[in-house]
Amino acid sequence: MLIKTPTDLSESDVTPYEIYRQRRRFLQSGLAIAGAAIGGSLLSRDASARLELDRVKPGPYSADEEKTSYEDITSYNNFYEFGVDKSDPARHAHKLVTDPWSVTVTGEVEKPATCTLEDILRPHALEERIYRLRCVEGWSMVIPWVGFPLADLIKRFQPTSKAKYVEFETLYDKKQMPGQRRRVLDWPYREGLRMDEAMHPLTLVAVGLYGKELPNQNGAPLRLVVPWKYGFKSIKSIVKIRFRETQPTSSWTRAAPREYGFYSNVNPNVSHPRWSQKRERRIGEFLKRKTLMFNGYGEQVASLYTGMDLKKYF
Amino acid sequence: MRNEWLKPAVFLLCLSPLMVLGWQLYAGLLGANPIDEVADSTGAWTLRFLLITLLATPLRRYFGWGWAIRMRRMLGLYAFFYATLHLLTYLWLDQFFDWGEIWLDVLDRPFITVGMLAFVLLLPLAATSNRYMVRRLGRGWKRLHRLAYVIPALGVLHFWWLVKADVLEPLVYGVLLAALLASRIQAGRRRRAGSAVREGCIS
Repeated sequence: MLIKTPTDLSESDVTPYEIYRQRRRFLQSGLAIAGAAIGGSLLSRDASARLELDRVKPGPYSADEEKTSYEDITSYNNFYEFGVDKSDPARHAHKLVTDPWSVTVTGEVEKPATCTLEDILRPHALEERIYRLRCVEGWSMVIPWVGFPLADLIKRFQPTSKAKYVEFETLYDKKQMPGQRRRVLDWPYREGLRMDEAMHPLTLVAVGLYGKELPNQNGAPLRLVVPWKYGFKSIKSIVKIRFRETQPTSSWTRAAPREYGFYSNVNPNVSHPRWSQKRERRIGEFLKRKTLMFNGYGEQVASLYTGMDLKKYF
Repeated sequence: MRNEWLKPAVFLLCLSPLMVLGWQLYAGLLGANPIDEVADSTGAWTLRFLLITLLATPLRRYFGWGWAIRMRRMLGLYAFFYATLHLLTYLWLDQFFDWGEIWLDVLDRPFITVGMLAFVLLLPLAATSNRYMVRRLGRGWKRLHRLAYVIPALGVLHFWWLVKADVLEPLVYGVLLAALLASRIQAGRRRRAGSAVREGCIS
């Protein structure tokens, strides 16, 4: 008699993600009805119910390159709020509570607001964008994000003519983000973009990854993705958006102004003061690759910087 | 105390970090960027062995553990061994023997300059670690091997200049090194004071 051991399970024996999701949604709706019946709707509060991931359309600008595995993307990254090791985010991010979540929009806008994540997401159709990600440390990945253009979100708040820059802030909560107990950086984490960079069609608000909702360690429930800039510009777990007339100071610029500039465009010709940026190791590959100007997005974004000395504005 | 098993045991113990690393590499346990892990791990073990080597003298002085001195040469050579692996990782898996790039790195990147200097300084120590050279160099040997105090300091600096924001780990190595060096300065002072008293008695 053949006895099947658990190792005999193949990939196809595991419940496909979509079916799992459908079951979950079925259970959730059932629970929600039950919950409503007993006078509470708390049971329906689940982040996965907030995203309509089954209606994600492929978006423009996607890289036609081999994608980095889900496993690698979700187990190897920097998110200093959870610790400085690249395995720390995956280890500690479960402490982050992403539901309920709200984002405050202030500054030079006609319609300042504090929105729940549901309010933020409602009008936007989600699309998949497969982008290269280049870390300032010299490694890179190809990541299938799910999200929508930041420009579409910005327009809803009607920035005034004084809005020249937009600044973002990550959640600051030592209980949920144990890495913040040590002042490795000047918390909360801040990042910023020039308005034209923020409005660029490549700039994405990501809420998902590989067709699933964004795992906490990758910046749930919503993060920025600016693929032509070093990874640290793509701020995670955003709670504040502020439109400003003056250039904001990014956290890494504050920490080391000589090393991390406001722009931080991927540029093989401008070295980090302590290491070269000419090449990168694509995660999963043995040999190094040449780093491309603007991470290969020069055709789309080079015009944003015409006439600028990129060695000075690094 | 004659423990014939001691030296082979310490030898194997010192080799175990490499065996563990080799196993992790083979079994795919080093995560998404195994080459960086190998570089980090061999670098860390170099620094650790440099410090452990410096521990031998205080162990004898304060605890009377003479066997620690007998292990010292092997510990120092292990530091050299891990340093060589660390350097090879850089030359091969990071730069793929692109000597032009490597030379630029040594010139332009202070952390690489310092790391390379530390390795170059280790070379004469490893080369003169055998009994023949000890005898041949006589007093010069002792003077030369004082580099064992300088090299870990360069190692700490190399590490310090590498990290992006969190200097805690290099700081820990720096404090340990400072303690090891301080114990020598203190012992030296006491020795001088002691000999002065003795000379006083004689005259």
